[in-house]
Amino acid sequence: MSKMRSQYRRYTRSKAGNVLYFTILTLAGLFSVLPLIYCVITSFKPLDELLIFPPQFFVRRPTWSNYVALPSLLNKLLVPMSRYIFNSLFVALASTFFHIIAASLAAFAFSKSKLKYRKILFLLVQVMLLYNAYTLAVPQYLIFSKLNIIDTYLVYILPAIPSAMGCFLMKQFIDVGVPDALLEAARMDGANVFRVYWQIIMPMVKPAWMTLLLFSFRDMWSIVPAGTVFSEELKTLPQVMSTVTAGGIARTGSSMALTVLLMIPPIIVFMISQSHVIETMSSSGIKE
Amino acid sequence: MINALNKTKVTAGKKRELSENAMYAIILVPFLSFFFLFTVLPILSSIVLSFFDYDMVSTPIFTGLENYIRLFTGDSTFMTVFVNTLKFSVITGPLGFLLSFLLAWMINEFHPVLRTILTFLFYAPALVGNAYFIWQILFSGDSFGYANNFLISLGLITEPIQWFKNPEYNMIIIMIIQLWMGMGVSFLSNIAGLQNVNTELYEAGAIDGIRSRWHELWYITLPSMKEILFFSAIMQIQAVFSIGTIVTTLAGYPSVNNSVDTIVSYIADVGTTRYEMGYASTISVILFTVILFFRYVVIALLKLVGKSDSK
Repeated sequence: MSKMRSQYRRYTRSKAGNVLYFTILTLAGLFSVLPLIYCVITSFKPLDELLIFPPQFFVRRPTWSNYVALPSLLNKLLVPMSRYIFNSLFVALASTFFHIIAASLAAFAFSKSKLKYRKILFLLVQVMLLYNAYTLAVPQYLIFSKLNIIDTYLVYILPAIPSAMGCFLMKQFIDVGVPDALLEAARMDGANVFRVYWQIIMPMVKPAWMTLLLFSFRDMWSIVPAGTVFSEELKTLPQVMSTVTAGGIARTGSSMALTVLLMIPPIIVFMISQSHVIETMSSSGIKE
Repeated sequence: MINALNKTKVTAGKKRELSENAMYAIILVPFLSFFFLFTVLPILSSIVLSFFDYDMVSTPIFTGLENYIRLFTGDSTFMTVFVNTLKFSVITGPLGFLLSFLLAWMINEFHPVLRTILTFLFYAPALVGNAYFIWQILFSGDSFGYANNFLISLGLITEPIQWFKNPEYNMIIIMIIQLWMGMGVSFLSNIAGLQNVNTELYEAGAIDGIRSRWHELWYITLPSMKEILFFSAIMQIQAVFSIGTIVTTLAGYPSVNNSVDTIVSYIADVGTTRYEMGYASTISVILFTVILFFRYVVIALLKLVGKSDSK
């Protein structure tokens, strides 16, 4: 590892430059993380501090009461809290999993096959990404109802599978990351398409699908379906948010506490994803 | 070894190619079938609807080019929101693109642990979800807002400023918020893309006489990142031309004198409050062609990256 690092410290670097960089980045980064810190701080504020004038950024007498109040607030829900947690996790994990598989398989074919229409099909994927989503809601709703998936888990998961962004991302990374010569060699060794996909493509573009994992999980974790799910036992956590915030200013603290709790799973996925992105980097010296 | 294998290839020949193509076709099926069902089909129907009068209740009535004529000749709101959208896009798009790359590139210099922490800091807005509510509190129009409170206590202003209602400030504030929120995808893709750059290239470059980070950036890093840069440019285009919800949430719809309303917030208004789905589709089609034009511009510009002038 340390050897890798020394390789990475290239000859074109000055120490002063690095220190300068670090200072700028830390300042900009602190600015960027401020809202997150604000959420955390506010979630520990007692009611009188939330209403105080002039407004204060920091908390003077931190309290757990906003968190303690959550279970009783959520008690009034029609189904137990754990069900919403399960729904959110299940929906986010299942759609992320199927999306990564489908998108990376297609990206592999788009990037490395010699199929006749692959270029025009990929252009289609790339361009359709740019169509404004708003007017698609009605036709999509009709399709969902034709398929009979309204008010099921499938209405969350199936439309998430063909997200064009994921396929586009994977295709670009396979284009740069996997040299054709390597595939040719594998083919000569008798490896079929599936083996190449699983044993060469996916390991080599791990930073890409680890990043995609985060994008997809984050999106699906916070998904609020537009009128396609009615059953209370199928709803996800973000949909419960509104019941808590509906209590007005007195519940500011508790809704902030719930916001903080909702951030935890994406943060965990972020940590997992980034640690793999970097782990792959440290071994990229032996690539090929 | 490859040479020896090449001989067997000649005999294996055509048949192998055929079955391989079939396998490639098979792995395209899952993605493409869902893609046609949930994306292409709805887009096609939206394009078709743009020639219809459709209130989402009664049967659509075919009206030919009427919607398009109305858009170009009789809709002054569209012209306003069109100009607003262009302002937003032309400013925040390139800035967001450059910033997301520069930050990723600078972060890439550091030790993995530091890098993870910095990445987290910059990706945090995306992790908070609808993080712009904090700006609502910060720039709240009454004297409770942090910005107003701060400026009043300094004696710079006496009356609280209605930040999002004042056409002097609202667009610039929303642009900053959009920049800060909309970087997530491009930024992380660039982080991942930079890991993919072959480190041997840097050493070869150093031996070949590259002496500054800027040279290295231009001659080695950027050319090896082209595909990823293209991706993040397209994602920036997608993001800036989707600005809508954020504007409506912060400035309301319609904003004062339509000062910050965008095409997307206008589409939502036409569709949701006026039930004119056909006309909303027409606007979407026009927006789509505008975006395709910018996509073309971006492709042309990216061709210049890494072009050497002296070497």
